[in-house]
Amino acid sequence: MSDLLDRSAPGTPIAAPSGKGGDRRGRGHDRPSWAATGILLIGALYCLLPVVWVLVASSKSAAELFSTFTFAPSTFLLDNVADLAAYRGGLFWRWMANTALYAGVGALLSTIVSAMAGYGLAKYSFTGKKVVFNTLLAGVLVPAVVLAIPQYLLFAQVGLTNTYWAVLLPSIISPYGIYLARIYAAAAVPDDVVEAARTDGAKELKIFRSIAVPMMAPGLVTVFLFQFVGIWNNYMLPYIMLGDDKLFPLTVGLSGLLNQGASQPAMYTSVITGALLSIIPLIALFLTLQRYWQVDLAAGAVKS
Amino acid sequence: MRLTAGTRLAAATTAAALTFGLAACSGDDSSDGPVSLTFWTWAPEMEAVVDIWNEQNPDIQVTVNKQDGGDAAVTKLLTAIKAGSGAPDLMQAEYQAIPTMVSSDALADISDVLADDVAGHFPEGVWNAVTLGSDAVYAVPQDSGPMQFYYRADVFAELGLEVPTTWDEYADVAAQVRAADPSKYLGTFSATDAGWFTGLAQQAGASWWSIDGDSWEVSVDDEPTLRVAEYWGGLVEEGVIDNKPMYTPEWNAALNDGSQIGWLSAVWAPGVLAGNAPDTAGLWEMAPMPQWDADEPATGNWGGSATAVTTQSEHPEEAAEFVTWLNTSPEGVEALADISGIYPADSAGQEALGDSPEFFSNQEDFYEIAAQTASTAGSFTYGPNVNVAYSAYNDQFGKAAEARSKADFVAAVETMQETTRSNLVDSGFSVAD
Repeated sequence: MSDLLDRSAPGTPIAAPSGKGGDRRGRGHDRPSWAATGILLIGALYCLLPVVWVLVASSKSAAELFSTFTFAPSTFLLDNVADLAAYRGGLFWRWMANTALYAGVGALLSTIVSAMAGYGLAKYSFTGKKVVFNTLLAGVLVPAVVLAIPQYLLFAQVGLTNTYWAVLLPSIISPYGIYLARIYAAAAVPDDVVEAARTDGAKELKIFRSIAVPMMAPGLVTVFLFQFVGIWNNYMLPYIMLGDDKLFPLTVGLSGLLNQGASQPAMYTSVITGALLSIIPLIALFLTLQRYWQVDLAAGAVKS
Repeated sequence: MRLTAGTRLAAATTAAALTFGLAACSGDDSSDGPVSLTFWTWAPEMEAVVDIWNEQNPDIQVTVNKQDGGDAAVTKLLTAIKAGSGAPDLMQAEYQAIPTMVSSDALADISDVLADDVAGHFPEGVWNAVTLGSDAVYAVPQDSGPMQFYYRADVFAELGLEVPTTWDEYADVAAQVRAADPSKYLGTFSATDAGWFTGLAQQAGASWWSIDGDSWEVSVDDEPTLRVAEYWGGLVEEGVIDNKPMYTPEWNAALNDGSQIGWLSAVWAPGVLAGNAPDTAGLWEMAPMPQWDADEPATGNWGGSATAVTTQSEHPEEAAEFVTWLNTSPEGVEALADISGIYPADSAGQEALGDSPEFFSNQEDFYEIAAQTASTAGSFTYGPNVNVAYSAYNDQFGKAAEARSKADFVAAVETMQETTRSNLVDSGFSVAD
């Protein structure tokens, strides 16, 4: 269990520091250390300052953006949003909807595939299992960016480039997600429970759906969030796959507003406002799914 | 056996996905009904221009797909060409990218389907850029970017400066600006804008590539380019010119607060200034470029692009018809200038431009000077590895500008020559000694 918590730490900045705090308490110090608090505050500042900058900068007009003090807010936020919304007939909202589709559907399908594959790898024995798992581990090491061009060439062969599928299909298989799900299934779903269900005559799919999935739920939420954020922020794959700007996700669309060529001004205010709007759904998602993570942490504490 | 349910499900899902995708895709290829063409471009408001065409030509419907400007779109197109599908029918192509695209077999030769009088619409130098000096025609010129000198007229008046007409005067004025107000610069040497430096070299008489029979020749390190590099290296070394790149937030701030009071730019400068420093409207004026030889005025081009038909287009005739309308018909060119705001390559279209851009409403003869300078642009041949030369420029001049060393500027040109030439040889092109 503790292994699993450590692995999910990079995605949850809160988890790592709390681990350190636990060690300290173990040695008998109840008061928080000033040094640790100081480091955490610096860390928090480091993470939050760019967000504050985006918030402040998106309230400035184009004239103020490069001329007034960096952190002096202004009153043009709504104008900027209106400008962005008016850009080429509201194309920004289309990008937002596309991103939600890519990230939402992609992460959901990816979670299902990861859960099934992970459960299969953890609970069944079959020939070639080790090979499959090692291949997956190798897959974890290959950055998705490297695969974008080969994937493009393959998709071009079957005529799938420049479609929603071009971005959705590659997002569905996540070696890291399968790996996480396998670890989680091995730890959270006891063999005895599966055996008992089989003895009672339950079919395999039924066991997976009704028994394994609920037990794996906190881990699957982690997989879902990882994939969701990964796809939401993905730039290279959709950039290469898509030519039609009505299929663009936010990342590709907004970068287009910046790279207008030397003869056009970059639309800085629109891009900054767009960036601000594009992180709102992510924040909302984290806030709503956060409690599943808390369940996860608590469950780990009891079992170990 | 236990795995079969899962395997079957996965297989079924994949198959369903594939068929759906294919079905969704095959809709475009129907041979009946109107021909539909896709157009990759980054010119602003191009949809509105295309709408005029679509309304009059129900049989040839053009769809605009807006792309990232410049090199990004080229890379994407070449990937699609290599993959065998996914390229648009029509492509906005910067002049310097045309040889690269032609050598990758991305652009169709439309000389057979183009009317004979199209060539007559453009100055010879511009037309040469789309034919590459051959009998083929790979694109029709869309817009051009003759360079001029842009300056803050109010600051010039305040500091009592004369507008420089030669490069010697430019150097003097640059020093006067520093002496009068150390917070201000007359301009900057941008090591990230290779196209800008190419324009300056072109003005001095350079042409970095040329075709000699069946082989390419590379002459980045010829006299004009070395002269330009030495001149700018000197200004940067003396500190009378800034060494920071353009198009950065810092540069934008400098345009806003008046610490950059001049810009060697091209005819599209008003749009960039209006976007980056809107509060300085009416304070700028434009003059012809400072000259090397005042008796033979010349300028270079920075930017400018043509509209090409790709080799993957199944309807090159219809595509050529649209391209001809867009870039040579009075209606198309006027729409390009008025709606998209670009400076047309079409000679008649340039002369038809009347009112100055809004940002330059203080200067009535804006388009007069523009047309007059446009006709003095020298001929410049681009090669198939412009991207290599440009990235060598970024690397070498980046270091030289940082070091503020005249000797490094000259050495940078020599390294550019070496890198560009050896890359051309390594890529399998025949290169003259």
